[in-house]
Amino acid sequence: MDGVAQLQKQLVDFTDSLFQEGFLDEQFNQLQQLQDESNPDFVVEVVSLFFEDSERLLNELAKALEQKTIDFRKVDAHVHQFKGSSSSIGAQRVQKVCIAFRNYCEEQNIEGVKPWHRCLKCLQQVKLEYSLVKNKLETLFKIEKQLIAAGGSIPT
Amino acid sequence: MSSTNTENWMKDIGVVDLTGVGGGSTSAATKITALVVDDDSVNQTIHSKMLENLGIQNQVETIFDLILMDMDMPVMNGIEATRKLREMGVRSIIAGVSTCTRDEREQKEFMEAGLDDFQEKPLTTPKLVSILHKLNKKC
Repeated sequence: MDGVAQLQKQLVDFTDSLFQEGFLDEQFNQLQQLQDESNPDFVVEVVSLFFEDSERLLNELAKALEQKTIDFRKVDAHVHQFKGSSSSIGAQRVQKVCIAFRNYCEEQNIEGVKPWHRCLKCLQQVKLEYSLVKNKLETLFKIEKQLIAAGGSIPT
Repeated sequence: MSSTNTENWMKDIGVVDLTGVGGGSTSAATKITALVVDDDSVNQTIHSKMLENLGIQNQVETIFDLILMDMDMPVMNGIEATRKLREMGVRSIIAGVSTCTRDEREQKEFMEAGLDDFQEKPLTTPKLVSILHKLNKKC
């Protein structure tokens, strides 16, 4: 198998695994389908935007949970936004932990003050899933770059 | 998305000349303008690109055929924004685009504020095409 074919196979296998393990869902396909000759780096650009926004949101969340009195509405707003952007790029596992986090925040508003360490645990799960998908996507883009550098094209 | 799919969608909503008079160009077709309202830059980028791929420009200073309205925005939510736009006399198609609201009453309120359509996020091109069908019916 020559270099290009090998890289193509590596790309296909790696992408398949991301879908099978639930890191990505159909929405990521939608994103790839928006990419064309007039905008050949669209996916990388949008995902980079997602990484920037996510890091900002995670910082805001950490800050909000450090406060003496936690403003759960603020926490909920940040998690909601994170859920939205992760859903838009197809980052399914991040979206799911955001949903779980929000359900917990809702409970807070109804039942009053609960131990904040549960909130921190939710945040840790979100951070973990985010760093996993970030790592996976960076690897995906690296393989794509190698394939193009070797003179190959990304299989559709 | 093959170019065939995109072409079919464009024909479906009328932005591509079907008669062949214009030689397959957009000259004999409908021109559609749109405005994307979303406080999240990832969503705004994606929605704008979807529209652009269908031959629709995201414009600010013209009369819009279509407004995509996000529900949850911190300063003014989609319900208030829709109401304000209708009060201002905006007659564009306003489509609410939001995650499935847990509260059915909220969704009803959103529709009653003046929406023509509502689609759940994440937005896809087929959902956008189904919103754009409303344009032909409204004209």
